[in-house]
Amino acid sequence: MTLLVAVFAAIITTLIWYNSEKMRKLYISTLMFIYWGASLMWLVDGIMEYAESGAEYFLPEASEMINDLFLGLCVVALGLIIWLVVLLIKDPSGVVKKALFKTEK
Amino acid sequence: MACFVAPAVEAVVTTVVQKVVESKEKKAELAAVNCEASLKEDIQIKGLEKAKIKLSRKLGWLNKMLWGGTALLIFEHIWHGEVVPYFPFFTAIENGDVAGMLGEIARNGITMAALVTGVWAIVCAVVSSYEKKAAHTAKEEA
Repeated sequence: MTLLVAVFAAIITTLIWYNSEKMRKLYISTLMFIYWGASLMWLVDGIMEYAESGAEYFLPEASEMINDLFLGLCVVALGLIIWLVVLLIKDPSGVVKKALFKTEK
Repeated sequence: MACFVAPAVEAVVTTVVQKVVESKEKKAELAAVNCEASLKEDIQIKGLEKAKIKLSRKLGWLNKMLWGGTALLIFEHIWHGEVVPYFPFFTAIENGDVAGMLGEIARNGITMAALVTGVWAIVCAVVSSYEKKAAHTAKEEA
C-alpha cells in the first residue's frame, strides 16, 4: 500500500511537471525525483517480499493495509515538506528575500 | 532493517562526483569565454553546449532520487521501529542480528541502488537521443 501511494504521488507530480511551466519554476522536479526514488526502492522491497511469501503478499490484513496507507500518506507529506524547504531556501521568485529584507519607507 | 544504507552510500559518492564535475564544467566554461582567438567558433560551441544538458545536471537527477528515496525509507524504518534515535540507531544491532542486517543491505539495498541507477541511466540515454536528434535537425536547418 505504501508503494502504491508513493507511485501515485510520483505519477501525479510527473503530470504536474509536464503540464505546468509555473510549477517547473517552483522545482516540482525535485518532488518528482524524491517520489520516483522512493517508489523504485519500495518496488525492490515489494519484489523481495513477494519472492519470500508468494501470493500472500497481495492478501494483507485490513489493519496492516490501514497502517501501510497511513504510512504512505505520511511519507507523501514528508516529501512535500522536503520540497517546501528546498523551495524556500532556493526562493526562485525572491518572495522570501523580499519579505525578510524589505525596507520600510 | 537497514536497506537504505546502500543507496545512502551511493548518494554520498554521486554527490561528491557531481560537485567535482560541476567545478570542471565551470572551469571549461571560463576557459571558453577567455579564449578570444576563435570567437565565432566559440559562440557556436556555446550554442551547442546550451542545447545539451550538462552531466552535472544529470547527476543531480540521480542525487535527488537517491537522497529523496533514502530520506523516505529512513522515515519508514523509524515507523516500523527498525531505526531508533539513540545509539546504536538500528534495533537489529541491539538485538544482535548484525548478520541479518548486513545480509539485507547486501540483498535489498544494493538492488535498490542498482535499480535507481539503472532507471537514471535509461532516462539519460533517452535524453541524449533527443539531444542528438535536435542537433541533427539544427544542422539540417543551417
